[in-house]
Amino acid sequence: MVTVRIIPCLDVKDGSVVKGVHFENLVGAGDPVQQASFYSREKADELVFLDISATIEGRKTMLDVVRKVAEVVFIPLTVGGGINSIDDIEKLLKAGADKISINTAAVKNPSLIEAGAKKFGSQCIVVAIDGKRVASRKWEVYIESGKTPTGLDVVDWAKKTERLGAGEILLTSIDMDGTQKGYDIEMTRTVSENVNIPVIASGGAGTLEHLCEVVKEGNASAVLIASLLHFRKYSVTEIKSFLMKRGVEVRL
Amino acid sequence: MTGIINYGAGNIYSVITAFKKCGEEVFIINNPSDFSKADRLVLPGVGAFGDGIRSLDESGLKIALSGSVKSGKPFLGICLGLQLLFDHSEEGDCEGLKLIKGNVIKFSFPFSESMKVPHMGWNQVQVKYNGKELFLNIPDKTWFYFAHSYFAAPEKSNTIAAITYYGHEFASVVKMNNIVGVLFHPEKSGDYGLCFIKNFLEGKWLQ
Repeated sequence: MVTVRIIPCLDVKDGSVVKGVHFENLVGAGDPVQQASFYSREKADELVFLDISATIEGRKTMLDVVRKVAEVVFIPLTVGGGINSIDDIEKLLKAGADKISINTAAVKNPSLIEAGAKKFGSQCIVVAIDGKRVASRKWEVYIESGKTPTGLDVVDWAKKTERLGAGEILLTSIDMDGTQKGYDIEMTRTVSENVNIPVIASGGAGTLEHLCEVVKEGNASAVLIASLLHFRKYSVTEIKSFLMKRGVEVRL
Repeated sequence: MTGIINYGAGNIYSVITAFKKCGEEVFIINNPSDFSKADRLVLPGVGAFGDGIRSLDESGLKIALSGSVKSGKPFLGICLGLQLLFDHSEEGDCEGLKLIKGNVIKFSFPFSESMKVPHMGWNQVQVKYNGKELFLNIPDKTWFYFAHSYFAAPEKSNTIAAITYYGHEFASVVKMNNIVGVLFHPEKSGDYGLCFIKNFLEGKWLQ
């Protein structure tokens, strides 16, 4: 059977890795190429690089980061952050990215999902959705790093992105992100039940039990992990051993 | 020198980087006349079957590719590159290159929340007798990275070199004479993926 994927997320700003807590308060956490090699050796299943640079110079640096990482790491690389056009996607793919994650641009211009999937294949287009709970079993899509509400319902939007050709959904809970109190299990499960494409759960992991929950109860195909790994609270190997003992299939 | 066939079907850069990492010289095949320079051929590819075959046809690469493969040049098809080898695909109801007999079928499961399509992620590859030389120095049931919604059902079971289980068994590697096809992405499957590419390049599987 296909295994549950453990995906370290590296937030990159102007060429170095940082981690966002509640989408603000940034704390430094190392060099992207070294971190990527380290995680690959630890049997991370994929890597996500999120570019949080605010400047054009910073974005250019990201292409170099991707190029250097792709030369030494041979697992799938996803890059997200500030991608607005087919041209942006193409540049990143040429630098060595395998998948592109789009968030704000997908909401503002849903045809980008369709055009990207048609040109590069669905497997290459990850739609990142930041959801905030607004009522019981109701979540709203936020964009612009979780700052701007859109009025869109998370489940409706997820279904629409699938129809447009998204290959995966990277689902982050704004409420839980940075709290280390666990994923939004209910949101993850509700989205996963409503689409046929894989859902990557993100935001809130604080313990190994949280990871197990979001896989078993939230039906996540993969989990995105940042601070839990970056500050060496757990290693990828430890996470996988734990999940395996709980009956979750992982790649060792 | 390995020629990587560029027919506009997605991302060929990862394949180029992985082959270089294995110490191989690579060049991109854009025109039918480029085939003669290649000692080996790679057909990468992601995206839709219909677009892939049309694009090969319109660029004139299809005839040159078939000719080159039939002349005995070692050939590796990756993902869509495997699917295109077959007679026909359900995807867009299209005819393929017809180099291996069989059809390409979509994964279809009765509604079940855990069986997502595409089949995306790492899954185990169980090597058959026909695939032994391609998996030298790779333990049986090693995980490789997959990202696809369709699989091929070869007419002759002796063309199956390895199988994988996703809801049911499917051929994850096929091999016939000088032709190899893999549904997983060796260029994205870590060290064992690179090892698979090296085995392909070394060519012991050809004997």
